[in-house]
Amino acid sequence: MAHSEVRRFEVWGIAIAVVVILGVLPALNAFVPETNPLHISNFTINLYGKYLTYAVLAIGVDVLWGFTGLLSLGQCLFFALGGYTFGMYLMLKIGKLGQYKSDLPDFMVFLGYNKLPPHWVPFYSFWFAVAAVILVPGIVAFVFGYLAFRSRIRGVYFSILTQALTYGACLMFFRNDFTFGGNNGLTDFKFVLNYDINSAATQRAFYMLSGLLLLGSYVFSRWLTTTKFGKVQRAIRDSENRVLFSGYATANFKLFVFVYAAVISGMAGALYTPQVGIINPSEMSPEKSLEAVVWVAVGGRGTLVGPIIGSVGVNALKSWATRAFPDLWLIILGGLFVLIVLFMPKGIVGIPGQIQELRKRLKRRESAVAVPAGGAASSSAE
Amino acid sequence: MSWLLPRPAVASLWAVLAFLLTPAVRADDGTARSLLVQAILSTNVKEQVELIGKLETVESDVVPAVLNAWRDGAVFIHEGPDGQKIPFLRADGKAIRIDDGNSIEASETAPVETTTKLRRAMKSALDVLSIAGTDPQARRAAVTKLSMTQNAAYLPIFEARLAVEKNPAVLTSLHEAIAITRLAGTDPAAKITAIDYLSKNRVIRSLDFLKKLSNDANPEVAAAAKKSVASMEGYLRIVEFWGTLFRGLSLGSILLVAALGLAITFGLMGVINMAHGEIIVVGAYTTYLVQNIFGAGAFLPFFGLSLNIPGLHLGGALYESYFLFAIPISFVVAAIVGIALERGIIRFLYSRPLESLLATWGMSLVLQQLFRLIFGANNVQVYSPSWLSGNFTISDVLLGWNRLFVIGFATAIVLLVWLLLTRTSLGLLIRAVMQNRDMASCMGVRTERVNMLTFALGSGLAGLAGAFLSQLGNVGPGLGQSYIVDCFMTVVVGGVGNLVGTIYSALGIGVVDQALQPVLGPVMGKITVLAAIILFLQWKPGGLFPTRSRSLEG
Repeated sequence: MAHSEVRRFEVWGIAIAVVVILGVLPALNAFVPETNPLHISNFTINLYGKYLTYAVLAIGVDVLWGFTGLLSLGQCLFFALGGYTFGMYLMLKIGKLGQYKSDLPDFMVFLGYNKLPPHWVPFYSFWFAVAAVILVPGIVAFVFGYLAFRSRIRGVYFSILTQALTYGACLMFFRNDFTFGGNNGLTDFKFVLNYDINSAATQRAFYMLSGLLLLGSYVFSRWLTTTKFGKVQRAIRDSENRVLFSGYATANFKLFVFVYAAVISGMAGALYTPQVGIINPSEMSPEKSLEAVVWVAVGGRGTLVGPIIGSVGVNALKSWATRAFPDLWLIILGGLFVLIVLFMPKGIVGIPGQIQELRKRLKRRESAVAVPAGGAASSSAE
Repeated sequence: MSWLLPRPAVASLWAVLAFLLTPAVRADDGTARSLLVQAILSTNVKEQVELIGKLETVESDVVPAVLNAWRDGAVFIHEGPDGQKIPFLRADGKAIRIDDGNSIEASETAPVETTTKLRRAMKSALDVLSIAGTDPQARRAAVTKLSMTQNAAYLPIFEARLAVEKNPAVLTSLHEAIAITRLAGTDPAAKITAIDYLSKNRVIRSLDFLKKLSNDANPEVAAAAKKSVASMEGYLRIVEFWGTLFRGLSLGSILLVAALGLAITFGLMGVINMAHGEIIVVGAYTTYLVQNIFGAGAFLPFFGLSLNIPGLHLGGALYESYFLFAIPISFVVAAIVGIALERGIIRFLYSRPLESLLATWGMSLVLQQLFRLIFGANNVQVYSPSWLSGNFTISDVLLGWNRLFVIGFATAIVLLVWLLLTRTSLGLLIRAVMQNRDMASCMGVRTERVNMLTFALGSGLAGLAGAFLSQLGNVGPGLGQSYIVDCFMTVVVGGVGNLVGTIYSALGIGVVDQALQPVLGPVMGKITVLAAIILFLQWKPGGLFPTRSRSLEG
């Protein structure tokens, strides 16, 4: 059966990806000497680690947009919140090694604090920080989602409101007196637990954790979409009113998905921060969230492989294009986006399907050569 | 007169030359010069002080210039070959004789010395002279400045001036100055009269002095002061209220002009145009180009090519009228860009609103980068015509001409849009298509064309907003981004599909924003407004004026 064949194909694909991402690449980085052409440099591992966290973020966007029909234009808010909560722990871990040799983080000394603000104190604990990485984005998403879904804010209104939310948060974090470092954000990290954060081994560990997080969120999301819950989820996307009238509390389903997406985005952000070495408010600017939506659209929404391909592909393109054509990058990104939306609504993943359809149409036209083509005209007028 | 001030930036060569060529313009100049020379050459400090005191009554612009130079150490003495002493001063690197105003060849010497006593005498003479100048504005400013020191020594000066002053504005200032100075006196009765005068005439700048007096040892004075502080603060609150209302209305009008275009494309057509902000910028840059065409021309580098637009090199009123031409041109250019956007992208996506949002966002990125490539990443300068700058006050409420113009402009635009939608056949077609596209199509309306024209109208309005924003702030590639979220909020709060709602919500958001800003600061104010909007939508998810419809998805 075709279905089980697809399933087998998928399982094998995941297995190979896991072996390569979690086994081969780190091994090549750790055990092959630098002179060997097979060696993967620390820089590359770091870069791939960043892509992996982006891929998790993209899965979050896709679970909302592709599977539930909720286009969130503020998903990076949760990514950044996760980054900030873990960043707070990393800031406190610097200890007296900062510029000012003070117990307080540098920016606090600079802004004239004499005491750690009370909400920073618990972040001395690693486990508290880890819990906060999950709880803070989750709670913010719960409160906002509860308010939004309860009053049945849908479609584009939901999108605009999420954008306003991240815009407001971004303005807030830019303020110096918000105690999160203003526009410089949190940076200059030195240690995590008791390891040097900049050492190759620690960075490799973060890379592997990012890979595991991606695997975990992929598998969980995949499982979720195959359950009855997933069916309701897609039904909400296709016709929310029918689901509502069938007796399902759609608001609760949407709320769960929204919080789930926020939590995995937050965890991705927490892994992103130590690998990039900085978290600042520009991470939650509305443009960043829209960029994440681009990844999903390019890769193919409504599938789970799509966002991964899209986020890695677009970011790799970005790394290359911002160096090769720094002036044209935004035009390329914008143009790509317009083309994808207009001509490839299913993204890269949908290309085989589109080709197949095209071929079918051509075949139909060939078979209908004798008959004046009325069918072709109607099928092109979509 | 600034011709002899020691600061080179102030002194102008032309004024110095004029002075040199006409050594004695006014009758008193001769007296002034001889008294000044006597004072400078005298060795007796007492005599010097007396001579300076006499200068207070001499009406001549030479006196303040020379006294200022003396105080700043720019007066010297040149010894002639026959032992004759000639005082001169240096201004702009030139040596000028004080006795006749001619220039002199003189070597470097030490400046004429001054003592503390002498400087004090000079200062008081200068103060007296400052309130006796020829420019009433300057007289008022001088009176106000002197009164703020509350120095009783100025009282006789003020009173002497009161007798000769003719200008009513300066007379008011003098009365106020006398009252303020008396507040610091010792006579309780005089104090109370002064307090009454100040509070009756609502002299805002005396508020701090009155506050100090509310702790006066004399209970009657303290009570009077307290009462007048209370009434003055009440008055200030009213002034503040009207000022906030005015600023809020003008901010709301800007928001309204910017959001009205969006209300048409988003509200009526249901198209989410994320490039709306960039169309605003198109309008702003068009204004910039029109300005440059009226002036020195424009040079636009573009992908290695360059476009050189020659300027008309107009000056004066003709140049300033550029803005009147820029308004319709911005509308047309923005409308053309809008049509291109609609024909090229949006018309394929009418049934998929979320995707039109994404595609237009892609276009907004492209447009932003194009602006950067053509006009540079930095802000460009758009000058306001002189008839838009400046302001006036109505009972202490400051009204700026540009803000007033924005309000009038927004009113005119709303009126025109209303007329267009309700009184023209195009308006009828637009409303028909927006209400029921399929039905309109069946009745023979060319919906495609109506869509295009509606979108052009919405974009043109955005262009007008851009022309306006160019007068109020910087024009740069990112200008649109700072308005887009506000615009969407305005439309959503007003109720999508309802232009009247947009008007109310724009003005409301503008006033609330201005009212919150002084309390919370600009950023927190904005965040609070955003949060308030999200909460407001909890209460009224359809906005202020929700569109009533039987359709479930409508």
